[in-house]
Amino acid sequence: MSESTDRQGFLSKCRTWIDTRFPWTDTLERHATKYYAPRNFNFWYVFGALAAFVLILQLATGLWLTMTYEPTGEGAFRSVEYTMREVEFGWLIRYLHSTGASAFFVVVYIHMFRGFAYGSYRAPRELIWLIGMGIYLVLMAEGFFGYLLPWGNMSYWGAQVIVSLVGAIPFFGPDLMEWVRGDFVMSGITLNRFFALHVFALPGALVVLVFVHIIALHHVGSNNPDGIEIKAKKDEKGVPLDGIPFHPYYTVHDFFAIVVFLILFCAVVFFAPEMFGYFIEKPNFEIANPLKTPEHIAPVWYYTPFYAMLRAATFPLFTVDAKFWGLVVMAGAILIPAALPWLDKSPVRSIRYKGRISKLMLGLFVISFVVLGYLGTIPPSPFATLLAQIGTIIYFAYFLLMPWYTSVEKTKPEPDRVTG
Amino acid sequence: MKQVVCGILVLLFCGFSMSVAAASGSTWEMEKMKPDLNDTASLQRGLGLYANFCIGCHSLQYQRYERTAADLGDIPHDLMLEQVIFTDQPIGDYMTTSMSEEDAKRWFGAAPPDLTMVTRVRSPKWVYNFLKTFYVDESRPFGVNNKVFPNVGMPHVLLPLQGISEEVCYGYTAVDILNRRGSINAAIQEGKQDEVDQKEGRIENCPEVRTIPGSGLYSVEEFDQAAFDLANFLHYVSDPSRQQRQRMGVWVIGFLLVLLVFAFFLNREYWKEIHRDDSD
Repeated sequence: MSESTDRQGFLSKCRTWIDTRFPWTDTLERHATKYYAPRNFNFWYVFGALAAFVLILQLATGLWLTMTYEPTGEGAFRSVEYTMREVEFGWLIRYLHSTGASAFFVVVYIHMFRGFAYGSYRAPRELIWLIGMGIYLVLMAEGFFGYLLPWGNMSYWGAQVIVSLVGAIPFFGPDLMEWVRGDFVMSGITLNRFFALHVFALPGALVVLVFVHIIALHHVGSNNPDGIEIKAKKDEKGVPLDGIPFHPYYTVHDFFAIVVFLILFCAVVFFAPEMFGYFIEKPNFEIANPLKTPEHIAPVWYYTPFYAMLRAATFPLFTVDAKFWGLVVMAGAILIPAALPWLDKSPVRSIRYKGRISKLMLGLFVISFVVLGYLGTIPPSPFATLLAQIGTIIYFAYFLLMPWYTSVEKTKPEPDRVTG
Repeated sequence: MKQVVCGILVLLFCGFSMSVAAASGSTWEMEKMKPDLNDTASLQRGLGLYANFCIGCHSLQYQRYERTAADLGDIPHDLMLEQVIFTDQPIGDYMTTSMSEEDAKRWFGAAPPDLTMVTRVRSPKWVYNFLKTFYVDESRPFGVNNKVFPNVGMPHVLLPLQGISEEVCYGYTAVDILNRRGSINAAIQEGKQDEVDQKEGRIENCPEVRTIPGSGLYSVEEFDQAAFDLANFLHYVSDPSRQQRQRMGVWVIGFLLVLLVFAFFLNREYWKEIHRDDSD
């Protein structure tokens, strides 16, 4: 008997031993080697895998940062600089984490856009979509809590502005705000609870939600750029005709995507970690100072579209302050994509076969989102506010008019089998 | 789909170029300054100037002497202790100031800020221009004012080096300014901040600061160099691992590019089977 068959014999014995105690082979087959994904995935389909990759990166770098971080009002800022200067490769871990936060939102926004374009939210994938929305909300909270932790001046004032929004809620607002902060002002107490949420509660929720997201996806099967069900046409063994095993075909594919992503990501980490003030804002290199408001308070870029919509609400209504309506508009803008599965009445899923109005609306939606994102970074002016109001209307029109435009427009026939 | 993507890219590009244009705010036109971390001599001179003129008030509380000595061309410790550390601090200590906060508040009204990351909060260019644009202004407590940081509460510490500088004004007389005051006040009342800024910018028509020759130890060129060295040194202090990071970055991206080639061919090899099925 040769050495290699000897070893194979040993390995298969091991596998049998495990399989009788844990569904190892079964799990691998169900989620990788016999999970049949559509063969026509394109560029837009790598961002799910990239998001998972960035999640792992954030968990790993975050763990290391926690080891030298001190969650107190007196020590937080100093401990970050200590990590940057005196911990071996501390600067690398910190920049990976701070750049990773922005990268997370880049890939998640593109991942969501993919869903918008190809109708990935449509039945029977509503739950995948809703779980995804849950991930998105937790991610926004995670980013917000994390941004306070360096205890820089923009950390402080950014959090101050967002927390004070809670105060705009009629009747309970001021009390609620105090409850959120745990103090009468933003303080070390607030920092401590944000730290607990950022490193324990929310990452836990994130991991669970991502797990459930993937389980639901693998149960239903992936959508694809043509928006047709590959499970509708199967061969005699029950394998979809247009399906290919996720492993190895999409693992090698995603590996390639991850390397491309890493090249861009490392270019930022090593050569422009502040990304010209977009990823780490300049005032954040100054310690939090309750007496010194930064000249211009702007949230980090991934919240700016919603921040612009918040500021776009400039008039009171029903005797309630404009700030409250801003809060309502902002919350509405964040939550409304969750309704997509029920707003889309089109007979087809994919933008490829939808009519002209759908294409136009999607284009306008993306433009309004980007313009709003820019407007959220600049100080308000009458023109910018007007532009933000128009952008807000377009943003909401994409969703609220969808039942109408998707049912009246002329669609193209979907193909029987996937194309390209 | 493609049209949508193109539209997004064009917009993103416009967005970024717009934001770059909007980034500057001060009315004073700053001179260019590009820090050079490879110029060890300049960084060492900057350290020397900092130890002699700045650290009396401004700490670098996150930076250690030892690290600085190691990074700026391995300065020997005994030399460092003799020439740079004027307190009885050990070499491994942080570069703190010996002035107490109480004294500072009594003397200056506020404690001078720590400058470890001043070039990240502002920019090296800002520091360079700030150091160069002190001018005589008898109305100020220390007899000087600054073009980049108007009404700064700091004396012109480098005056012995630079000498006495005066602003050079053109055009408007005091009467002109008084006449304009009315329209500015109107703009203030209407809340038109842009207009106020613009008008005030037009009134302050003193676009130069000129040093009286021979009034300082340094010539104009020598002082420019000193200001550059200080700004350059502070640029190093703000992120001391910058050079290590950039050197490492080249190798990391080089490695990833090689890996990319392998990933590409691995992917192509596997997908050959799928594409072969297509042509069947």
